[in-house]
Amino acid sequence: MNITVTVNGMEHTADVEPRLLLVDFIRTNLGLTGTHIGCDTTSCGVCTVLIDGTPVKTCTMFAVQANGRSVTTVEGLKQNGELSAMQQAFREHHGLQCGFCTPAMMLVGTALIEENPDPTEDDIRWAISGNLCRCTGYMNIVKSIEAAAETTREGAIS
Amino acid sequence: MTTTEHKPHTSSEIGGLGHSRRRVEDARFLEGRGNYVDDITLPKMLHMAIHRSPLAHARIISIDTSAAEAVEGVVAVVTGELLAGYNLAWMPTLSGDTQAVLATDKVRFQGQEIAAVIATDRYVAQDAARLVEVEYEDLEPIVNPQRSLEEDAVLIRDDKEDQTSNLCFEWESGDKALTEAAFAKADKVVSLETHYPRSHPAPLETCGIIADVDSATGQATLYMTSQAPHAHRTVFALVAGLAEQNIRIISPDIGGGFGNKVPIYPGYVVATAASLVIGQPVKWVETRTENLISTGFARDYYMKGELAVTNDGRILGLRVDMLADEGAFYADAQPSKFRAGLFHIVTGSYDYPAAYVTTRGAYTNKAPGGVAYRCSFRVTEASYLIERLVQNAAYELGMDPAEFRSNNFIQADQFPYHSPTGFVYDSGDYETAMRKAMEMVGYGDIQAEKEEARKEGRLVGIGMASFTEVVGAGHGEDYDIIGLKMFDSAELRVHPTGKAILKLGVKSQGQGHETTFAQIVAEELGIPAGDVKVVEGDTDNTPYGLGTYASRSTPVAGAATAVISRTLREKARKIAAHLLEASEEDLEWETGKFFVAGDPESSVSIQDIAFAAYTNPPPNVEAGLEGVHYYDPPNMTYPFGTYIVVVDVDPESGQWKVRRMVAVDDCGVKINPMIVEGQIQGGLTEGFAMSSMQHITFDETGNCLGSNFTDYLVPTAWETPRFELGETVTPSPHHPIGAKGVGESATVGSPAAYVNAVVDALQHMGVQNVEMPMTADRVWHAMQEADGG
Amino acid sequence: MYPSKFDYLAPETLEEALAVLAERGDEVKILAGGQSLIPMMKLRFAEPSTLLDINRVPGLDAIDIQDGHVRVQALARHADVVRSEVIKEENDLMAGAAPWIADPIVRNLGTVCGSLAHHDPEGDWASVMLALDAEVVAASKEGVTHFHPGADGTQHTGGTRVISIQEFLVDMFTTSLYPTEILTEVRVPRYERGGGNYQKLERKVGDYATVGVATHIELGVDDRITKAGIALTSVYAHNLKVTDAETALVGQAPSDELFAEAGRIASAACDPASDTRGSAEYKRHIVGLFTERSLAESLKIAQGGQS
Repeated sequence: MNITVTVNGMEHTADVEPRLLLVDFIRTNLGLTGTHIGCDTTSCGVCTVLIDGTPVKTCTMFAVQANGRSVTTVEGLKQNGELSAMQQAFREHHGLQCGFCTPAMMLVGTALIEENPDPTEDDIRWAISGNLCRCTGYMNIVKSIEAAAETTREGAIS
Repeated sequence: MTTTEHKPHTSSEIGGLGHSRRRVEDARFLEGRGNYVDDITLPKMLHMAIHRSPLAHARIISIDTSAAEAVEGVVAVVTGELLAGYNLAWMPTLSGDTQAVLATDKVRFQGQEIAAVIATDRYVAQDAARLVEVEYEDLEPIVNPQRSLEEDAVLIRDDKEDQTSNLCFEWESGDKALTEAAFAKADKVVSLETHYPRSHPAPLETCGIIADVDSATGQATLYMTSQAPHAHRTVFALVAGLAEQNIRIISPDIGGGFGNKVPIYPGYVVATAASLVIGQPVKWVETRTENLISTGFARDYYMKGELAVTNDGRILGLRVDMLADEGAFYADAQPSKFRAGLFHIVTGSYDYPAAYVTTRGAYTNKAPGGVAYRCSFRVTEASYLIERLVQNAAYELGMDPAEFRSNNFIQADQFPYHSPTGFVYDSGDYETAMRKAMEMVGYGDIQAEKEEARKEGRLVGIGMASFTEVVGAGHGEDYDIIGLKMFDSAELRVHPTGKAILKLGVKSQGQGHETTFAQIVAEELGIPAGDVKVVEGDTDNTPYGLGTYASRSTPVAGAATAVISRTLREKARKIAAHLLEASEEDLEWETGKFFVAGDPESSVSIQDIAFAAYTNPPPNVEAGLEGVHYYDPPNMTYPFGTYIVVVDVDPESGQWKVRRMVAVDDCGVKINPMIVEGQIQGGLTEGFAMSSMQHITFDETGNCLGSNFTDYLVPTAWETPRFELGETVTPSPHHPIGAKGVGESATVGSPAAYVNAVVDALQHMGVQNVEMPMTADRVWHAMQEADGG
Repeated sequence: MYPSKFDYLAPETLEEALAVLAERGDEVKILAGGQSLIPMMKLRFAEPSTLLDINRVPGLDAIDIQDGHVRVQALARHADVVRSEVIKEENDLMAGAAPWIADPIVRNLGTVCGSLAHHDPEGDWASVMLALDAEVVAASKEGVTHFHPGADGTQHTGGTRVISIQEFLVDMFTTSLYPTEILTEVRVPRYERGGGNYQKLERKVGDYATVGVATHIELGVDDRITKAGIALTSVYAHNLKVTDAETALVGQAPSDELFAEAGRIASAACDPASDTRGSAEYKRHIVGLFTERSLAESLKIAQGGQS
């Protein structure tokens, strides 16, 4: 069936099989390979994107369900050609190693600080507890999100 | 020699050793531009899906692929029979055994590969793979090594001539007589029987390949999730009979490896054969279930350890007997001389004259593997056993476990230390590391709190592990993988403008090689790290190496990088002498330049030297500033440290929580402290995972009970403890930059610390052991049984 | 893993959706959050020929107060319950249970009503609703005859039905919902002075319960228990309402001994299986312990004047 999905601000129309998973639509049809696949059971979260600002796991959603919706992937995080506060914080605080979970972690972090600009460490750990990382032990991911929240708050004041 | 402070020698602009340089590779990952195998699409690429056995042990009566072939979009269905025509139905394992690529005679574990469907679309390939019909005759599934070695157990490997039982190997190390004598003198013998459970590295990116074989030219380009691309190229040449110069393995970005991406898997071979036959690229990427049920597991050692001790707290000797569950094909990834990997490091951080280790490996109806999961060849099991035994020995003697350790530590002045099983520890200062950790955690205060807590009905435990690791294999004389000596290599080319490219035989999977190896060049040549590009993972464009696992990149390839940098520096000296019209002997080196001794104004920078190497080389000196070095380490390196865990245990439910986790690591000289910390934090988490939740079990029919992430549990940020890191620095005396390697220390050392802490909380009840993973159920049962309940 | 092929329909009104169901019935699966259904389809445990996506039906996502009940409609997500001020004000047990459902990302899509209709015996919401004596509301196309395939000859002529939660939850993965019906809401009675609490033993975030215990109590002016609800997750073939333990509490003054007795009754009533999450013996022990703890917590909340 025909669907139209806005991805990172750009409208895409495609004819897809109903059973096509959203993650495959994003990766294969649109070629946005920053969204990854790590399991099939809604467990690992590396396929997380934002749909209308809310994090969802795209291995457990069909592309047809996204018809008419707005999707943000890691490729859409940059703002005005600059890395976002979240991206910069992950770099500065060594929030990534192999990079496989990173896009999802940054998107979840972005959604979190949008809703809660001053999260505690527990808030952050809770928010990213649907996303697995095998490399970092999470400490630097937490630190990165904390730092991004701080930068964003300062940016909002100034 | 231990120091706790070390300052970089170079400016942050140069960014040599000791700088927490931000990572180069992050630039692409942060924008979602990493390039993992599944991100690659080639023109006319087909997709492969594998039909796997639902049964653990059965004879194959027939395989019917007709329904699968009839599905629209299916190009071919490959079976073992077809592969046999190319002599590819079986392949060698890294331990010199054989493994079925696609089963023809029997299936020997649940999830074993039987047929592969090649189709135009991934969804169609999976649809069709389900339609392959196999008729089986059931055989007894053997799901533990104890049963496997009983006389009446059915023979699993009836494919092998001369195989009359399910015993897959026997191996021993140490001196039996000396050890018996030590035990005869002991006041007490402390013993522990325990199982290091079967685990799986489970990197978030599963394994995969795109095989692109050009049947006209014979060129095979294989994009693979490979931690060891060069070794894999050679194996492909041997297995598939392809000419090695025509095989190019490209290992692009890897989403975590942890040992899972060291072996060659049947899927790689089938995809390559399919591409060869069909003449189009074939992509195969595992599902998570395929990854967990069929690729390299780790651990699964049943261990009995005995420590001979005196009443005044000295260890006299160690005796260990083990039984290894090897699965259906013996596929341990480890040096060929050592059937139990480096397990014989089991004597640990302690000085005693006698040890004897015996090991038997048994075939079972489980997936093959035995990979070193974030571990240097079975050192994890060894470290766990000795650190558990030492704590129990202290209890038995009524001593504080820290004091008992202190009594028995190899002293700082005993290095190089010759261990009773033949290792030569390069350097260490165990006492200092332990005292530092104790100070950080407030050891005395916690011990005192334990008593108070018990009065209030609370349970607090404190446990430690003072581990010693052995990493950075080889040297080549003793260490090889299927005959390939365990050296590693670095090729450094300094370009005319003073920028450089460094090519390595190892392969990063997240460790940050592109950042850190440039720092070694920066340190040695004074070329800013930002001017050094690091290239790995393309066998056509990098020198041969054995790959990244067993914490060997820094000890071996890092050393190769330092040595080749120094070699080029010596050539640079010749060029500098020519440019400065001075004699070589009169020149002195200071980061980034040579100058005439006593005349610092007369100097020439490495950049100017590089330019001259191509534009104005001295007479009788070859043009250029390039070189390659193959480094065969004279010995391994021995990182160490002390980890201390404090837990609160709920006496009613058995649930436990880590209150504190203090980790003092000594990995010698650090290239990039930020990255070292990241490695340790990651490793501590995997240690926590194994101690608390992460294991694979099977039911009595051989069904894998950990076949996806809802059953194979990987901790989230919520469960994972906060870590407090400390360090000491004891350089390796034989490594060119004094580094030891750190990627695995925390996974190796920490599980015993978590378990020791929980056991410590329950020890006053008479609890001696809780098996990993320490589920609340197991902790509760331990309390019940100790109470006589 | 990919699902088999299916027809996909996404009606924009409830009437349209009900018409599709009346016509296709059995072969249809309703897609709300999809967080249980889609994994089952990927595993091919479920292979519906038609997927009826109700996410485009307006006015089905409220969490509000209606006729003395707290109402959670079909498209209200677990995350909506976590964030809902109405739930925070009105119902401690639901507020306490919501953060324990799956993981934060799954909660953004998964729905309360979907969980109930799925009726996985390891699901948490069914225990919560059993403890709260909830009712569900089901809608079907009016004026046509609807047949229930499970119960001999059961039929009705459409419209809206209100079903008590106990009647609704028939057995694991089975409800009394007709294949042609949509579960449009679940509702629980409001209360004056009460408290509730959910205790879940899970091995990690996102895990199903090893043991889950939902309790709810209400107090009269004399501080005696006027109403009690206790239900268990993952320790029986289905979510188990422990009526005997509830009865033992009602009319009594709350005390540690009383709660311990309720724990003993719950522990005896359950019938857990030994599996990778724990032994039957351990789970039974935890049922008793957590029932006791949960009741104590519920009492504390009730006495704190929260409701």
